[in-house]
Order: sequence, then structure tokens, then C-alpha cells
Amino acid sequence: MLNAVVKPVAPNMYRYDEFDAQFVSERVNQFAGQVARRLTGELTEDQFKPLRLMNGLYLQLHAYMLRIAVPYGTLSSKQMRKLAHIARTYDKDFGHFTTRTNLQFNWIKLVDVPQILRELADVEMHCIQTSGNCVRNITADQFAGATDEEIEDPRPLAEIIRQWSSLHPEFTFLARKFKIAVGACEQDRAAMQYHDMAVQVVKNAQGRIGYKVMAGGGMGRTPYIAHVMREFVEREDILAYLEAVLRVYNQDSRRDNIHKQRIKILINTIGPEEMRRRVAREFEELKRMGTLQLPQEELDRITAYFAPPQFETGLPDTIPEAGPDFANWAKTNVHKHRAPGYAIATITLKTPGQVPGDASADQMDVIADLMDQFSVGEVRVTHEQNLVLPHVRKKDLPAIYARLKELDFASPNAGLITDIIACPGLDYCDLANARSIPIAQKIARRFEDLDRQHDIGELKIKISGCINACGHHHAGHIGILGVDKKGVEFYQLQLGGSGAEDASIGEIMGPGFTEREIADAVERVVNVYLKRRQPGERFLDTYRRLGMAPFKDAAYEKEAA
Amino acid sequence: MTKLINFSNKEVGGAYTQDNFAPVADDAALPEGPVLVSLARFQKERETLLERNTPIGVKLQAGENPELLGDDVNRLSLVALEFPKFRDGRAFSWARMLRTRLGFSGEIRAVGDFLYDQVNYQHRVGFNAWEVPDTFTLEMFNRALTEMTNVYQPSTDGKKTIRELRAGG
Repeated sequence: MLNAVVKPVAPNMYRYDEFDAQFVSERVNQFAGQVARRLTGELTEDQFKPLRLMNGLYLQLHAYMLRIAVPYGTLSSKQMRKLAHIARTYDKDFGHFTTRTNLQFNWIKLVDVPQILRELADVEMHCIQTSGNCVRNITADQFAGATDEEIEDPRPLAEIIRQWSSLHPEFTFLARKFKIAVGACEQDRAAMQYHDMAVQVVKNAQGRIGYKVMAGGGMGRTPYIAHVMREFVEREDILAYLEAVLRVYNQDSRRDNIHKQRIKILINTIGPEEMRRRVAREFEELKRMGTLQLPQEELDRITAYFAPPQFETGLPDTIPEAGPDFANWAKTNVHKHRAPGYAIATITLKTPGQVPGDASADQMDVIADLMDQFSVGEVRVTHEQNLVLPHVRKKDLPAIYARLKELDFASPNAGLITDIIACPGLDYCDLANARSIPIAQKIARRFEDLDRQHDIGELKIKISGCINACGHHHAGHIGILGVDKKGVEFYQLQLGGSGAEDASIGEIMGPGFTEREIADAVERVVNVYLKRRQPGERFLDTYRRLGMAPFKDAAYEKEAA
Repeated sequence: MTKLINFSNKEVGGAYTQDNFAPVADDAALPEGPVLVSLARFQKERETLLERNTPIGVKLQAGENPELLGDDVNRLSLVALEFPKFRDGRAFSWARMLRTRLGFSGEIRAVGDFLYDQVNYQHRVGFNAWEVPDTFTLEMFNRALTEMTNVYQPSTDGKKTIRELRAGG
């Protein structure tokens, strides 16, 4: 149960100054005005729609859904407690962490929205641009600032991009939504190459730090892996470069067919070379004007907010012995940290049987306590719908594990077959053709046995309830797409996708399976891997070596018999 | 009925103004005085129009890049940018381009289907005139421009950004 008193810890993350606070507060008032105009009928639903969407408010199957931005996935304990409070007060006691590292509430009343926004503003949060045809919430590597794999913490850059893109006058009515991710290492934990634009911190041959910019990745009905737009952009030029890409997109994208209006379509129609040429022209002009140059002082000022916490020295640098269950969890859910004696711990919101990404108000409160007690008041949301405690002492891991167990969030399955991404699907979503959540639950139950999960090793299953691919099925080692055939839900399998640094688009296997068959089909596919893998191979590696045929034969085996 | 609001004096705010430009269909005879024609007509009758020595306006559709006007752009007094539907935001980039790359200092007028909530963005990227329905009051116009005090990004309005304000600029 809840701890009586835990002293809140303020983590090192961006904090609003008077300008940010005024900006968000005025934006809340502006949106409150829009809600009022809708309620009186001055705005039609058609006119209100793009306005509410720009503020993260969707009309779902049953109610309004409000999506709250979690910039680059970083939350303080104070913010987590506020989210718990909102879940309790205005929703049905729970919230849902999304693949955009946001949090959404599914049962919100329109009249309550202005008040919710004011409460969020109190803890420096907002819903600005969590939806609509504008630059969306910026996502980042969830291990940013904690992993030794990175060149530097990419979050200061993400914050700079967030500010630049907030109510950008030229880019607020784009042809379609525009998603940006940032990272700073070769390992890609943010599905960067599946984004409209991705910025990776890199070092050039002279050892100078700058940015590699990619664009044109995306999922949906036409999946693409991003193209490199420029291998190295100088630090001070990055906003000018991003503005140049957005400008070409805004000017040249189609506007006549909603399915062909993402930047990926533009780039793959005119070709990456022509895109680079058009962007370069805008970029040179912006550089000449000089108004978007990023001064070093501003970069330093923002970077200072994200200074690493004061790590204790002399801590034991080993993970304690605490029984086989804990050892299993430590094996999958604990990652190497940059500081000796510390670790990064992943809390998977994927206990088999649970709705992926959901957390109750009580669970959020306890996680806030864990953040304060064990991780300098900080947590990260991942695009795989998990949470991460970024800075924990190794010696505290057993205590953290014990508390997570009470919460039912202690599944030792990070990156394993039951750590499934699933969109809300037909249970909530207006666009869905099929349910996703029950399929995720069914498969997770099927593979619940821990020895078996650990034997299978890294295997990413991603499930979408429609072609829009919010569940990232194209990027799943095993992707599942729900389709509707004459009122019956069918599930198509895709194999060989990856959202990591070795990004690839999954290949469609063939006709779909019924809800009853799908878990069996997945199991038969997994069995082919277990039978034919070579030492050290992940499912993805074996698939890439063998190709579709043996997996396909096995999956349809029952039908063929 | 529509009215024309212009914004040329920051102290005064928006003001109603007389629309002196006669919109002329592509197949209609040119009347005396200032005219507003399509890009197609301007390109076809460029010399006739420029020789008249009366102010010329060209109305661009959302898909028409102002660069299509070539060097003639600065012989125009008015460029009207059409919003075919409020979701189509291309004209935000066209206005920006007119003001910066093309150095156009005449009137940029928003016409078509746009919302109250877009007026401030339009103003920021370089629009200085708005063709609005009768129900759109000056009070609404001025409110639209003042709902958000500060901005994060530089644009053609030259407004100081939050970053500059932070630096004490």
C-alpha cells in the first residue's frame, strides 16, 4: 500500500522559467476559450476538431481522450503524482502510457478539460501538440543521461526542439502529423528510423559534436525507413536545418489525399537526393539570415538543467544476490549505467494478463515513491510502453524489485516475448478494425512460463488494431495486424521487422488468423526459431538467415493438414 | 458579406479598410483602377497589366508557389493567399517566403477559409490584411493577436523570441 511519507526529490530536468510558465498558462486560457466556444456552438465540431487535436483532445468511441505530453519521456515524481491525481479525479482511476511516451486518459469530460490543463500547468506539464497536424511531442532514448553508450545526453537538444516547435507559426497546419525523435548512441532504443525526422548526436572525423539528421521514416499503411538527410549538421545550425526540412515538407507535400501526405511519401516520391537538394537551398538561406542560429550560451543554459545527479562514490558495483526470481528480473530488466555502483532499471508495464502500458492511480503513486526513494525523483517513459528508473544504486535493486512485486509490475520480461507493444485497439479507438489488447494478453499468457521466455530471449511482438500501425507492427520481430473481414477480426503476421539500429520493415506472411488461432500460430513460428537457431542468434537473426518460408510453413501447418 | 481588416499600425491594432482592388475573373474585361487577378491571368497578360500603371494584385491558390511570379513580385501591390480550407497551411510558408526570400513589402492578404485561431500565426509569418466574414469583429481580431504574449521562434514579424528575452535582449 501507499507509503505514508516520502520526501519528494526534484530531479535534474528542465524547469520552466517565467516565460515557459506564462506560455503554457496563456495556452490553457486560449484552449479554455475554444472549449467555451464549442460548448456554446459558436464553433462547429468540424472547426473545433483541429483546435482540440492540437491540444491532445480526441473524441474516442466512448468519451474524450486526453493525451498529455511527456517531453522526451522524462517525468518527475511530482508530475507522476499529479497524473495519479488526475486519473483518480477525472478519469476511471487509470492512465495509459503510449508509444509516443505520452500518457493518455480515456474517459475525460470536455467540461473538465480546462481545469485538468490548469492542474497540469501547476506541475509544468501540458497537452500542446500531442495530436493534430503539427510537430508532436519529441521522444528520446529512455536511457538518455544514464547510459555510457551515448556521446552526450540528447535531452537538452530535445528540449530546444520542443521549444522551437511549440506553436510554430509556419508549421502548425502541416499536411500531416510530424514526429521527431532524438538519440545519442549507435544503439537505437527510440525507433528513430521510423520517425518523420530523427536527430542523432554524432562526432565527426575531427571529434566535433554535431547532429546527423534523418527524415522520411514512418509506419502506417506505407512503412518506410528514414533516409539520411545530412550526415553532420553543426550544433549551432540544427534548428535552421530542422526548419528547412519542415519548410520543404509544408510547401511541397501533397494535400489531396490524406494517406499520401506524410513526409515519407514526399521524400520517396521525389527521391532522397532531390529532397536533400531542396532542403539545402532552404538551409543555406536560413543560415544566411542567421535568426535561427543556436547560441552556445543557450545550449549551455538548457544543458545545465540536465546535469547528471551527484552520484555516490564507493558503492558496491555488483548486483546483490536476492533469490532466483530477483536474478531473473535483474537479467532482463537491469541495464548498465554510466556510474559505478549504479544501474538503469526497467519497469515493464506488461505483467501477462495486463493491458500493456496501463497504470492505475495507486500504482502511479507507488512508482512516484520509488522514484523519490531510489532514482533521484525521476522516471522515463519508453516507446515500448514501459517505465525506467534511470539512476538506481545496484545495492537497492532487491528492495526495488520487492516493491514492484507488490505492485504486480515486476515481470522479468523487458525485451522478451511477453513485453508486447499494443495499441488501444477496438476496445477504445475509433479507427481500429480489431482488438489488440486481448490478443496481447492471450499471447503473454501463452508464453508466461519464465524459463521458456528466457530461453526464447529477445523477441519483440508488436500489435496494431488497424493499418495506422500505432502498435508498431511493422517494426516487430513478430508483428501482428488486426483487420476486419466482413465483421470478423483477423490477425495477419509480419516477420522480421525491427525498430532498433538495424531497422527493417516486417514482411507479411499471408492470410490472417482468427482470434482463436493467432496465439497458436505465433507459438509455431517461435518453435521454428527454437529448433533452428544457431548459438547466439536472436529470433530476428534466425529469421534473417532463413527467410520466411520455414516460418510460414509452420504457421499454416494446421490449415495445411 | 466580407470585410477587410488590415494591420499596419501596432499601436492602433487591426482596422477596417476599404478594399480598392476589384477582383477580376479570368475571362472578364479589365476595369479601371486596381485589380486582383489570378496567377494564370497575370502570367498571360503580364505586359498589359504592368503597363496600366495602376496597382496590381495577384491571388495565389494554395498550391501556387510565389516564386512563380518571378521578379515581377515586387511590381505588385497585393498578393492574396488563398486558404482553400483552414487545414491547408501552405500559405503560411508562402507568406514567409514573400517577406524574406522575395523581399515583398506590399500587402499580403489572407482570403478563403481560415479560423480566428490562425490569425496570429498568419500575422507572425507576414500577413497584414485579412478578408473576414461580417461576424468577425475588430475586438476578436485584436484578441487573437494578444492571446499569446511571447513566442519561441523567430519569424517574419521580427518579434523578440523567448530566448532573446531570457538573454535580456
